[in-house]
Amino acid sequence: MISRQLYHFGRYLMMMGTALARPERTYMYYKETTRQMNDIGIGSLVIVILISLFIGAVTAVQFSYQLDGTLVPLYYIGYIVRDSTIIELAPTITCLVLAGKVGSNMSSEIGGMRQKEHIDAMEIMGVNTAGYLVLPKIIAALVVIPLLVAIAAFVSVIGGYLAMVLTGSLSHNDYIMGVRSFFKDGNVTMMFVKAIVFAFILTSVSCYQGYYVKGGSIELGKASTNAVVFSDILILLADYLIASILT
Amino acid sequence: MIRTIDVHKSFNDQQVLKGVTTEFFPGKTNLIIGRSGAGKTVLLKILVGLVTPTTGDIFYGDVNFSQLNKKEMRAIRMKVGMLFQGSALFDSMSVEENIRFPLDMFTSMKKKKKAMQVDSCLERVSLGQVHKKYPSEISGGMQKRVGIARAIVLNPEYLFCDEPNSGLDPKTAIVIDELIRDITIDKNITTVINTHDMNSVMEIGDNIVLIHEGKLAWRGDKSQVLESTNDTLQQFIFASPFLQRLRAAALERSQEG
Repeated sequence: MISRQLYHFGRYLMMMGTALARPERTYMYYKETTRQMNDIGIGSLVIVILISLFIGAVTAVQFSYQLDGTLVPLYYIGYIVRDSTIIELAPTITCLVLAGKVGSNMSSEIGGMRQKEHIDAMEIMGVNTAGYLVLPKIIAALVVIPLLVAIAAFVSVIGGYLAMVLTGSLSHNDYIMGVRSFFKDGNVTMMFVKAIVFAFILTSVSCYQGYYVKGGSIELGKASTNAVVFSDILILLADYLIASILT
Repeated sequence: MIRTIDVHKSFNDQQVLKGVTTEFFPGKTNLIIGRSGAGKTVLLKILVGLVTPTTGDIFYGDVNFSQLNKKEMRAIRMKVGMLFQGSALFDSMSVEENIRFPLDMFTSMKKKKKAMQVDSCLERVSLGQVHKKYPSEISGGMQKRVGIARAIVLNPEYLFCDEPNSGLDPKTAIVIDELIRDITIDKNITTVINTHDMNSVMEIGDNIVLIHEGKLAWRGDKSQVLESTNDTLQQFIFASPFLQRLRAAALERSQEG
């Protein structure tokens, strides 16, 4: 069991080592990176906005229920929604969702290329396949996912506002006052640190699962599932470690 | 010229190649033939470096390919073109982009020159007006031709074809065979084809290597195939009942005559 995990870890490190080698032609990598940015960023924008809107709304409703009848001022709801989304919900939930959407897609795409001999064809041409197929995805994710997380945090706060102000549970002024209270810019730094680390985990793990796929459609399905499962587990582990280190 | 010297390959306990020593010549269509599971695909993959031999050496000219590191291997691969069984065209790219891919990746040619090179390759494989089409929009035979065009776009010294006729009707298969032979002669390249198509053997087999149970069973050219008394070769060629009946009828007629 442990030796198998070590084998995978070693192979993952070797793939990453090859992926980080000097590109054959920077323009081709740049072109592929922009394509990936479009796929990851624009392709995931709607789902990220929808999920964040509801997460913000649910967080606000839950805390409103918890604070009801207590001495804690209600404007705290805005503060709690803001900080819980910035510190935890926006980076973690967004990246868990992206592991399912983007990670499984990357794993299937690379795995399909392996099965249809596209990767062999590139290898024979002399292309560094780990570099060309993995590196642009990682760079694109490192640029785009923090932006998506920032949008998610912003939309979550709006979601909380809509859930509170439109239903009359809280006034506009109270919610905005809460959102503006006790702000620590270190929380935003933590959000971006999490977003960058999670983005790296979900892309590299998914690419690894796809890159070494063997067999047929069943194995491709398994690789896709493994990409999501392992990315999710590692994201949650990294979440705990970052929270321990930065707080 | 490519030489293999005592090449062995095992996967776990299964020995696939058991000491293959042979040569593939420039300007000739070199065929690797054999039954399914004989080890010919493994041999082809060893030749291009996709599979590492357990023991033995591969020489490209005087260079020992199996002793090279990854970087040196890439330099040799720049001289190699390969047509895959399923063509291996990139789905997300048009025909034009597929053929241009090696040029984009490895040359600093101007856009116009690249376009001219793509046009000339498409013309060479008798394909026109398919530049903007995607692999899924063209027939299997056309995909093979695009695969050949992509394989020759960097003017390789070595061309490898893995079962170029599989999945094609007999007429299209002949066209592909002739195309590969003509390119081999025109460009004086070393072409190695992995096939079990008997028509290819008899039409374009300048140097035929028969692999049987992981060993070299016979070597010769197309003119020697029918005259050979090698049992393994005869069993391979006359494997179908139709050809067996045809041979029996021919023998009967020659005895009567």
